[in-house]
Amino acid sequence: MNIAVLQFPASNCDQDAVHAMRVLGHAADLVWHKERSLGPVDAVVVPGGFSYGDYLRCGAIARFSPVMQAVQNFAAQGGLVLGICNGFQVLCEAGLLPGALIRNRSLQFRCEHVLLKTATPDSPFTNQIPAGKLLRVPIAHGEGCYFADAETIASLRAANRILWYYANAAGELTERANPNGSVENIAGICNERRNVAGLMPHPERACESLLGSEDGRWIFESMAHFFKSPAGKSAEARVLA
Amino acid sequence: MKAKIIITPKKAVLDPQGKTVQNALAQMGYEGIGAVHVGKYLEVELAGQDREQARAALDDACHKFLSNPVIEDYRLEIE
Repeated sequence: MNIAVLQFPASNCDQDAVHAMRVLGHAADLVWHKERSLGPVDAVVVPGGFSYGDYLRCGAIARFSPVMQAVQNFAAQGGLVLGICNGFQVLCEAGLLPGALIRNRSLQFRCEHVLLKTATPDSPFTNQIPAGKLLRVPIAHGEGCYFADAETIASLRAANRILWYYANAAGELTERANPNGSVENIAGICNERRNVAGLMPHPERACESLLGSEDGRWIFESMAHFFKSPAGKSAEARVLA
Repeated sequence: MKAKIIITPKKAVLDPQGKTVQNALAQMGYEGIGAVHVGKYLEVELAGQDREQARAALDDACHKFLSNPVIEDYRLEIE
């Protein structure tokens, strides 16, 4: 894959994302937020950090950066967009994903490894994750409590748009396994078309054994696998057209 | 002219800050403290003279940018 990693003022996981993509054998380049074009890319990663100092609300200012219009167009053409942590917040603020990320219920900044239960293999971000496999990936956020009204949550659930839940080692969605108070232990979701996804945990920090876990690879391998499929090839043709 | 904008969390949204402040007030011995909601206050200085035009523009800005309608309500005053 050829991946664009966005870079806003105060993004701080942008280099990690580029590094992880290259470790996994993909081409990856940073795209500065003032750019109006993404170039010929297969996928976009909106990385973690504290874009614009998290002023006003997390992601609220970044979503008006010029590059985000290019991301909106890319997503509208079916291009894959993955928002990680602050990137998830940016995608919610931009209206590409429903809901919002608010202050952790504990009011603590939580920096630890969590376990993710994948809710469905039916997405470009989860198709290679083995059934029943819990992904051990780190989180590092103070405002990762996913909130949406009951109607939105019901529609997400009905359309299989919840991709990952916080779970315990037995795969149960307990309150204790929920690090931030997210509604229904939701860790990540996708849009209706299933080409835009966001999650608070950091799969890009879990791609090398040196970092304590390689489970994050499954998400990027799913994306790469998607591009080998007919659906992926046609999405690629559309965004490159 | 000046605009004053008060942004508060929606009632249905978890407000752990408000809850913590409420508990702290009760622990300090203040009586009769009910629910506390922690929000934001913005003051915007305005160069023009047309109040209604300013209100319409800032109402749009509040809806699109200054507040997030998913989680927040806002109140806009022009003076």
